[in-house]
Amino acid sequence: MNSTVVSYFSQSNEFQNVTNWLTQILGFNASSLVAFIIFAVFSLIIVGAMATIGGLGTYAERKISADLQARIGPNRVGPFGILQFLADGVKMILKEDIVTTNADRFTFNLAPVLCLVGVFATLAVVPYSSGFMLADLNVGIFYLVGMASLVGVGVFLGGYASNSKWSMLGGMRGASQIISYEIPATLSIIAIVLLAGGLSMKTLIDGQGGAPQDWYIFHNPFAFMGFFVYFISALAETNRAPFDLPEAESELVSGYHTEYTGMKFGLFALAEYIEVFVVCGVAVALFLGGYKVPFDLGSGQILVEKLGLDGMLAQNIGQFLELGSFFTKTLLLYYVVIWVRWTLPRLRVDQLMTLCWKYLTPIALVNLIGCAVWMYAFNGKSIFALIFHAAGSAGGH
Amino acid sequence: MSTLNLDVYMPIVILIALALLVAGGSLFLGSLIRPQHPNKLKETAYECGEEPVGSAWANFNVRFYVVALIFIIFDVESALMFPVAAVFKKFNEIGLGGTLLMSILTFVSVLVAGIVYCWKKGDLDWVKSFNQTNQPTIAKKD
Repeated sequence: MNSTVVSYFSQSNEFQNVTNWLTQILGFNASSLVAFIIFAVFSLIIVGAMATIGGLGTYAERKISADLQARIGPNRVGPFGILQFLADGVKMILKEDIVTTNADRFTFNLAPVLCLVGVFATLAVVPYSSGFMLADLNVGIFYLVGMASLVGVGVFLGGYASNSKWSMLGGMRGASQIISYEIPATLSIIAIVLLAGGLSMKTLIDGQGGAPQDWYIFHNPFAFMGFFVYFISALAETNRAPFDLPEAESELVSGYHTEYTGMKFGLFALAEYIEVFVVCGVAVALFLGGYKVPFDLGSGQILVEKLGLDGMLAQNIGQFLELGSFFTKTLLLYYVVIWVRWTLPRLRVDQLMTLCWKYLTPIALVNLIGCAVWMYAFNGKSIFALIFHAAGSAGGH
Repeated sequence: MSTLNLDVYMPIVILIALALLVAGGSLFLGSLIRPQHPNKLKETAYECGEEPVGSAWANFNVRFYVVALIFIIFDVESALMFPVAAVFKKFNEIGLGGTLLMSILTFVSVLVAGIVYCWKKGDLDWVKSFNQTNQPTIAKKD
């Protein structure tokens, strides 16, 4: 509970004053009301930021792909074409909305909304910084895994409700792919939960430090493999190339959203790009140290001691450093996702299933057991701690 | 801060409401300004320019069903693993790690047996391999 935005703000005097003032005026305990307002404002900020990141994601995708293929890419709308996503958005809103006569109208309209709801709900537990996290649920990562699978339902419903053969094939492939790759992804997450000893995002990140040798990816060799298993599975879960079979444009026209026009297609696209950000954020939180800043700068303690800054100001600076740390790592991973898309060719559907069930799932199971045995054998110490310990005791002789 | 305890789920409700608002709002905004000229051809399902043949809601391949079955086993398993994994560190610290490790190993080994069985049965192969001896041999013509 301590890391939600509200409890972060409740440390300041102004918060207490405003709450007391409102309590006096309204005649009931206003702390819930104030909490609601703060949550609403920050949810709006996050949704706005995510919509922008999703929009800029489409721009980045086109620009980076152009870069990788020695083209120029979008360069007309705004400086360096950076406003291209706004132009695309306006275009999507202006497009005619077509629902085919044979389609199941209700589910057809429900599918993109379901995708968006699933992705937005996961945003609540993504740890942007130690204070700037909307909800630090005690089942954080479990909740995230559950909510993210709503997207799979949306993809399948979209394909099914369209009543078009391309959509149906795309939806079937999408459903089987998303549920299959959930297994190795979840098993890799469980391995990290074993190391951290808790499900809340804060617990998972607090076990790590700012410097790379304290990250869970370098905790032991199994966690190192687990990162790649998770990342590959996350690519497949978000239908990103080389696993974009549900929308494989060269074989299925456009897959599950063949029949979608205008803004309904836009909602699918927005959900996909935000989901990529979320899975990158989860990979950062679980394996790459999350929002942690080296030398414990995030808590602001050092700033208070060395520079003599005011406690709250130092904390705020620390929060911004943490935000910077989280977003830098996440956007770097985002770049890798786009890079992979324009580098690797698409898999065939049987190769996709072989990769999931015959390679990733057994590897993830081995990682899980390996992490458990490592925890038991070395009492939870990381490989670097063991090396330092060994070096220290060797030097002592 | 005991009054804030129930509020921890509030942002989720707000975010879901915002998602509905974004989706509904953009669609409603579009409905005010976008053109609306439906015709019969426009509203047929896309089949590369041909008249659509039959419905898409036909029988589909059974291997999707097999994948779903295997998925359910593993998904339930991973859901059951989460609580054990969450308390493993604490148990390890008070010296009960071995007990928990054994239970994890037992649980996972049952699953490994399951996946090996599926693998041997060929359920993990997307394209079922045919029995080689029953394959009609095609005589080579020179």
